[in-house]
Amino acid sequence: MRAAVIVFPGSNREGDMARALARATGHEPAMVWHSQTELPAGTDLVVLPGGFSYGDYLRCGAIAGRAAIMDAVRAHAARGGLTLGVCNGFQILCEGGLLPGVLMRNANLRFVCRMQHLRVERADTAFTSHYRQGQTIEVAIAHGEGNYEADDETIARLEGEGLVAFRYCDSLGRVGGEANPNGSRNDIAGIFSERRNVLGLMPHPENLIDPLVGGIDGRGLFESLAAA
Amino acid sequence: MKARVIVTLKNGVLDPQGKAIEGALASLGVAGVGGVRQGKVFDIELEGSDRALAEERLRAACEKLLANTVIENFQIEIASP
Repeated sequence: MRAAVIVFPGSNREGDMARALARATGHEPAMVWHSQTELPAGTDLVVLPGGFSYGDYLRCGAIAGRAAIMDAVRAHAARGGLTLGVCNGFQILCEGGLLPGVLMRNANLRFVCRMQHLRVERADTAFTSHYRQGQTIEVAIAHGEGNYEADDETIARLEGEGLVAFRYCDSLGRVGGEANPNGSRNDIAGIFSERRNVLGLMPHPENLIDPLVGGIDGRGLFESLAAA
Repeated sequence: MKARVIVTLKNGVLDPQGKAIEGALASLGVAGVGGVRQGKVFDIELEGSDRALAEERLRAACEKLLANTVIENFQIEIASP
C-alpha cells in the first residue's frame, strides 16, 4: 500500500497522518505539495489531512478543493483509487466535488475539541474491514465546521445506499441528543462515495494509534487500508 | 468596471451565525428584528467594458468558487459606468 498525503498551505495534521500510515503500511507516505499536478506513480491511497488550508478563507476547504493537485485526486478517485479525507480533508472532498453535501458551522457555534465515540456503520469496506459492524470506537474530534448538511434527497440516498460510514454516538453506541457534537444531519460523522472508495470523516483516527496518547481505536482504519 | 457579488444562504438552510447575531441584537436592545441571515459580499474590479462578458465571467466565478451552490445563492450586480 503506497500512500500520498497532500499538503496545502495551512494543513497541520499531515505529520500525524504520515506517522499513522507508515506504522500500518510499513512505508513512509509521499508528501505531495498542492501545486503539483500529478500523484507519484503507483499511488494506491490519497490522503487529505486535517488543518486549516488557506486559513479557512471563503469557506472551509473551498480553495484547497480547487487546487492544482485536485484534478489528479479526482482522476485517482474516478479510477476507483482509495481516497481518504479527515477533518479539513473531508471539507475539501465536499468542496472539491468528490463527496456530496457540505460541512457547516457547528450548530452551537463553538469549536469542539474532545474525545468522541463513533459507531462503525459497516465493516465490509476497504476503510473499515478491521472493525466490526456496529462497533463503538473512541477517537478525537477538533473542528468548528463539522455540521454535515445535504438536501433531503442526498441524505435519503446516503442512508438508502449504505454510504454513511460513521455516526456520532455515546459510549454505549446510542446516537442522537448530546452524543451529536455539531448538529450533523442524522448524526453523520463520515460518508463514503457511491463506490465506497472515497471516505471523508470529521474525527481524527490518526491521533488514536498510540496507547501513550489516549487510545488505539484509530488503528483499525489504517490497518484496514494497509490490508486493502 | 466595478461589480458586486452577493452570496446568501438558500432558504431552509440553517444559519447558526445569523441566529447568534439576531440574539445579540435583541440583547443590545435593537427592537423589531424578526430574523437575521448572514451572507457575503465581494466587490470585484473587472477589466474591459463589455457588460455581457463581465456577467458571464462573474457567473463562472460564482459557480466555480465564490458560492457553494449546494447551500448558497448568488446575485451579480454590475455598476453603471
